[in-house]
Amino acid sequence: MLTSILHRVSGSAMAFVGLPVLLWWLGSLAGGPEAYATFQAVAGSVPGMIVLVGVSWAFFNHMSSGIRHFVLDLGAGYELNTNKTWSLGANTIGVILTAAFWAAIVLL
Amino acid sequence: MGNGTSLGRVRGLGSAHHGAGHWMLQRFTAIGNLLLLGFLVISFVLLPNFAYDTLIGWIANPVVATALSLIMVNTFWHARIGLQVVAEDYFSTAANKFVALVLMNVAVFGGSAFGLISVARIAFGVA
Repeated sequence: MLTSILHRVSGSAMAFVGLPVLLWWLGSLAGGPEAYATFQAVAGSVPGMIVLVGVSWAFFNHMSSGIRHFVLDLGAGYELNTNKTWSLGANTIGVILTAAFWAAIVLL
Repeated sequence: MGNGTSLGRVRGLGSAHHGAGHWMLQRFTAIGNLLLLGFLVISFVLLPNFAYDTLIGWIANPVVATALSLIMVNTFWHARIGLQVVAEDYFSTAANKFVALVLMNVAVFGGSAFGLISVARIAFGVA
């Protein structure tokens, strides 16, 4: 049940926060250097970084539980133990991918 | 088809024959998002920095501009279908549900168009 709720929460979070941030990012780039500098200042602040990390978690969580949905759509993975494993696994993978993404951003 | 109960009015009509369309579109757009946002996430990792000139040069590349344009259509489409499911679950009154769906349509079409225009401005060198 947690996985289902988190799928909905992360999807809604991207719709209400992720897409507006994506639009602001692109719109500020289209607006010119000054507009982009404003975006960078806000996105690079502590609250801004919290939002960006949150959006990236929403993406990776939604992606991994979404892939789980594809497997379930095929009619596989409904055995109780398997289902429980991948239900928790999808959420864990979402967190691991979020951490890996930011590590790669910082290090690469 | 009678004029009696709700059930009586629809009994015997059979399936509407478009019930699965919504469900299938959610999957098709999900596959698109997996590819397109996979491209975006990997690009974010591989970009040398997030400076203005770097990003403008990157978006001006036709392949990148195409991917970003598709993202502007595909993510908003997927979000629209997903939010409709959420709205249908939480708005029990028909009127409220209708208003929520209208506002949602305005938001996603507006957002999508703004994103496409922004990408186009950069890709065509206006920005």
